[in-house]
Amino acid sequence: MEVDLLKTMLRDMLLARAFEERAAQEYAQGNIAGFLHLYPGEEAIAVGVLRAAEPADYIVSTYREHVHALVRGIPPGVVMAELFGKKDGCSGGMGGSMHLFDRERRFMGGYAIVGETFPVATGIGYAVAMRRLPEAVICFFGDGAVNQGTFHESLNMAALWKLPVLFVCENNHYQIGTEIHRHSAVAEVWKRACGYRIPAKRIDGMDVLAVHEATVAALEQIRAGNGPQLLECETYRFRGHSMADPGSYRPKVELQAFEDNEDPVKIAIAETVAAYPTGEQIAAAGSGNIERLSGHLQQSELLTAAQLEAMRKEVAEVVEEAVHFAARSPEPAMEDAQAALDCNRHDEVLI
Amino acid sequence: MAELMYWEAIRRAHDEEMARDPLVICMGEDIGVAGGTYKATKGLFDKYGPERVIDTPISENGFTGLGIGASFLGVRPVIEIMSVNFAWLAMDQIFNTAAKVRYMSGGQLTAPIVVRSPGGTAHQLGAQHSARMEKVFMGIAGLRVVTPSTPKQAYGLLKSAIRCEDPVFINEHELMYNLKGEVPDQEFFHPLEGSEVVREGRDVTLFGYNISVHWALQAAEVLSKQHGIEAEVVDLYTLSPLDRAGIAASVSKTHRAIIVEEAEPAVGVGSEVMAIINEECFFELDAAPLRVSAVNVPIPYNRQLEKAALPAVKDVVDAVLSQVAK
Ligand SMILES: Cc1ncc(C[n+]2csc(CCOP(=O)(O)OP(=O)(O)O)c2C)c(N)n1
Ligand SMILES: [Mg+2]
Repeated sequence: MEVDLLKTMLRDMLLARAFEERAAQEYAQGNIAGFLHLYPGEEAIAVGVLRAAEPADYIVSTYREHVHALVRGIPPGVVMAELFGKKDGCSGGMGGSMHLFDRERRFMGGYAIVGETFPVATGIGYAVAMRRLPEAVICFFGDGAVNQGTFHESLNMAALWKLPVLFVCENNHYQIGTEIHRHSAVAEVWKRACGYRIPAKRIDGMDVLAVHEATVAALEQIRAGNGPQLLECETYRFRGHSMADPGSYRPKVELQAFEDNEDPVKIAIAETVAAYPTGEQIAAAGSGNIERLSGHLQQSELLTAAQLEAMRKEVAEVVEEAVHFAARSPEPAMEDAQAALDCNRHDEVLI
Repeated sequence: MAELMYWEAIRRAHDEEMARDPLVICMGEDIGVAGGTYKATKGLFDKYGPERVIDTPISENGFTGLGIGASFLGVRPVIEIMSVNFAWLAMDQIFNTAAKVRYMSGGQLTAPIVVRSPGGTAHQLGAQHSARMEKVFMGIAGLRVVTPSTPKQAYGLLKSAIRCEDPVFINEHELMYNLKGEVPDQEFFHPLEGSEVVREGRDVTLFGYNISVHWALQAAEVLSKQHGIEAEVVDLYTLSPLDRAGIAASVSKTHRAIIVEEAEPAVGVGSEVMAIINEECFFELDAAPLRVSAVNVPIPYNRQLEKAALPAVKDVVDAVLSQVAK
């Protein structure tokens, strides 16, 4: 893997973490309201998947979508402005945290009805297939969503018609307060895809390299015209389901264990900073990831502690500027709401 | 008489009915171990166990249909749909099965289920979490629709709904779960049909339901204090079937009618009440009835716009003043 890409992904994850923690503060200050679902703990998935995607690919996401939007390239200020409900937000202040859209960047939306996205993503895949383009649709969803009928209906259609859709499950093991073994008869999401003969894989969603590698392979298959693929990324959210949820139904030890040992940002730093892993560790380990990393280590210096510190500072400034941008942006007016409802009726152009 | 919050009143109704009848069960997302998003089933999981207090997967059409099937054999499911916005997904089962099975089977089967769900616009929940769906439910033959405006109604209506042989939809409100009010200590059953005059007046009738009853009452205070106008406020706690006689009686007394509704105007409670007024007591009117409704857009996320999209007390006052001037 390119060192630059590795650094980019690390910066993405640092930015994601800083952005979300700041969003929590702004919510506490009353600048953001409604349901605010944050992403800390799950960063490696959005980053690993979307850094493996092409700008021409389409993205469909849920209400927990700020980081998908950021990695896709929507400027942090524009995302924050939408969280603030302001006119310069990517949905003009009409959407809010759960409804980020950027058609130009092919970010086809954040949707708040669980299961709603499967048919929509599949339909976008249908349109792509009709145009014979080497594009893919990436559909993010949670472990709780797979019990909606739309999941099964969409997997069947996508497989039946060989549609270019990559289904990415962000399995954080919880449907709000209900743990996966209490909401699913089969807790391995990937197995459900087998019923539709869709190639599927379970990967470590805390390891950005693993996510990236699996996505590259899946997209290659999809672009070759072989139909949909599914990736189940195992992860954990460090916060409650939303800001309204303290998440107290989860055992403290469980959260602690993930925060201490499985933090994807810590893991990415470990994978990127030159001081780690040590030569002995690399020699001892035989896995693909580590080998690749060791190759880089020999060729380049990767990242020093000072560079990491500089990176942290830089993303903190980006987030600060995003908040300023959002705060300065004007409020939309009722005419804007009306226009949002009425516009877009004519001159539709396929992007 | 104890003062209870809306959620406590609903909880108490569940608890009493479950204690009485082992076939009463409740189900929904996060209602068991977590006690429910709005605490309406708090503690019931520990008391009645997982067989009767069911944490469901996110499968609204599925678990609602499951409840309907179970009700064919005498089980009495109280189904919580976390927010009415998700009830859209269960419409197939509610409309096609629950509302019609008694009819289609020539009376052999009934679906005595209760579906409870909070609707309305809360604080910046955005377009997909701010639906006001009562208008959709109330148009379906075979389904009862009630909507409590107080803890007392929330308790009594749920009690009656559980005992009722028809499917009942209870339209609660996201913002009302912490509303406090008196609930009799004695068990009681609120009628599932009717309406209630909650403030007597002679000059104009304000019809409200659920949260808009409170807006109407506030407007009535302003009208009385500042304009010397005495408004009657009628609480339409039953949306299906609407209380034709109650509506006609109040309009025949005040000769003016305004409907206050949180929803967009089209095909709603307001239009239906106006139709009833036309049919029942048209010649009693001194002025054309009016509606005070939401703006016809999906609810915007922005705080100021959200507020602007909904009717305010001032809008009700202004509507009355414009109507009285005629
Ligand atoms: C149809 C529908 N039902 C219920 C909800 C309420 N709800 C929002 S998120 C959520 C849990 C989703 O869990 P999961 O799919 O695992 O995603 P996660 O939030 O864990 O990322 C629920 C029940 C909803 N938004 N839509
Ligand atoms: Mg989950």
